[in-house]
Amino acid sequence: MSDWQPVIGLEVHAHLKTRTKMFCRCELDYGAHENSRTCPVCLAHPGALPVPNERAIELTIKLGLALECAIAKRAVFARKNYFYPDLPKGYQISQYESPLCGRGRLVIPTEDGEEIVGIVRAHLEEDAAKTVHAGGATGRSVGATASLVDFNRSGTPLLEIVSEPDMHSADEALRYMRLLRQTIVELGVSDAEMEKGTLRADVNVSVRRRGEDGLRPRWEIKNMNSFTFIGRAIEAAVRQQVAAHEAGEEVVQSTYDYDADTDRLTVHRSKEEADDYRYFPEPDLVPVEPPAEMVERLGGALPELPGARIRRLEPLVGFPLASELVSTGNERKAELLAAAGVEWRAAANVAMNRGDFLPENAPALAAVLGANLTREALDRAFAAAATASITADDYLSDAAVGDEAALAPLVDAVLAANPGQVETYRGGKEGVLGFFVGQVMKETGGKADPKVVNRLLRERLAR
Amino acid sequence: MAEISRDLLLHVAHLARLQLREDELARLELQLNDILAAVSKVSELDLRDVPATSHPLEVVNAWEADEPRTSLSVEDALRNAPDREGDFFRVPPGGS
Repeated sequence: MSDWQPVIGLEVHAHLKTRTKMFCRCELDYGAHENSRTCPVCLAHPGALPVPNERAIELTIKLGLALECAIAKRAVFARKNYFYPDLPKGYQISQYESPLCGRGRLVIPTEDGEEIVGIVRAHLEEDAAKTVHAGGATGRSVGATASLVDFNRSGTPLLEIVSEPDMHSADEALRYMRLLRQTIVELGVSDAEMEKGTLRADVNVSVRRRGEDGLRPRWEIKNMNSFTFIGRAIEAAVRQQVAAHEAGEEVVQSTYDYDADTDRLTVHRSKEEADDYRYFPEPDLVPVEPPAEMVERLGGALPELPGARIRRLEPLVGFPLASELVSTGNERKAELLAAAGVEWRAAANVAMNRGDFLPENAPALAAVLGANLTREALDRAFAAAATASITADDYLSDAAVGDEAALAPLVDAVLAANPGQVETYRGGKEGVLGFFVGQVMKETGGKADPKVVNRLLRERLAR
Repeated sequence: MAEISRDLLLHVAHLARLQLREDELARLELQLNDILAAVSKVSELDLRDVPATSHPLEVVNAWEADEPRTSLSVEDALRNAPDREGDFFRVPPGGS
């Protein structure tokens, strides 16, 4: 196995976050009643003319800039011809020879450096309608007696981002996929939710002997919609291809399906040649020449990207925490607390473990965190800080009672009141300690510092 | 010059989901080769510095703001459906 190097490239499709479709102004509404968001364009009535969505073009350029892509001086829409019930025009409008975004890259920070994944292109196209297979078992096409089509999704703007085959393990592919997804979401380009189908990936996998130049035939695994299955499908493809190569069997370039139940890939259909799609420039649409003003405006408005933010936080909290903060969207909370005086690492941990709070509450929360408060008081402070302005003083009175002089008489009283349990403890059942702690907490209304109570109890019981 | 062989013709006919009779195939084979020959005239010229034309017009950037407009009613949308089931278009099962 170690003689073999996996070679992985990804084609990621994201539904753009526009209000209307790519080539008509039917509203996008995932929950709408079937076939209630259609018009002659997205139903493919003869003579209907497509008109591109300006916002979709802007979002594509925006992501292209974030991926350091060369933005095309001139992009051309093309027809990709094939027959399927969800595509009544008989062609999908896509971009072929002249995509909006050319070469770029995504730099993925890692603990010991960085991984760079080249971007081949990012282009704009339209999604097909949604098909439900009727009559067959479990909605599958096999054995179906009819296809039921809902055209609400027909013409949804779709951004396709094609990577170079630069990844060499399932983990690398997933790191790329996660950072790309986060970049897409943060830029407002797409909601990119796999479970809702607004993010999908086609995964290309081949293997070669280490040190070997060139690429062997690859398998394309289509329409993956879960990070877990992407990882498993890659590993399954590598396993099966290595076994085939080592057995001297031919590995044929083809499209595969991943079957999660058997953890194996099965051939889907032999891949059509690009020629079979008979791409040609879409005569109904004029070229797009992104105006310099538009590209500059979009580039100037780019926020600091997640990869850069991980690098900025790394010296403060270490790589794992920095990466976690950014990927979970908790960094802003940590920054607010740190700015209010909480030590960075502590701020990061609180941000990871506590809910959101109003930014104006950061100083009060910093004060609350700095005091030795009961857990219950902290919970209350954070709960209140989520929706309203809070004052630290309201919680500081709930400081945990850690004063030995105040706690000692209570501890003594609890022990005196439970001679039987004291006997049990001294007989070797140390679990009874929890009972005593509970009694003291009850006496103090939960305010006692459990560490101090524990120590006092142990001291006395050991005598 | 490339030629339209019978195999290529059958392949293209299949991609277009056309079933052609023998006499149609013979006629199309001839016609397509004639068209190809006519277009190939262009290759006699030195066109290295001439960019390919994708559109005859000078117009670019014809787009529209992302503002929703009213869609067809469900009933109107389904008016041209070959068959329906509920508010879905019902069509022969697609291979997948």
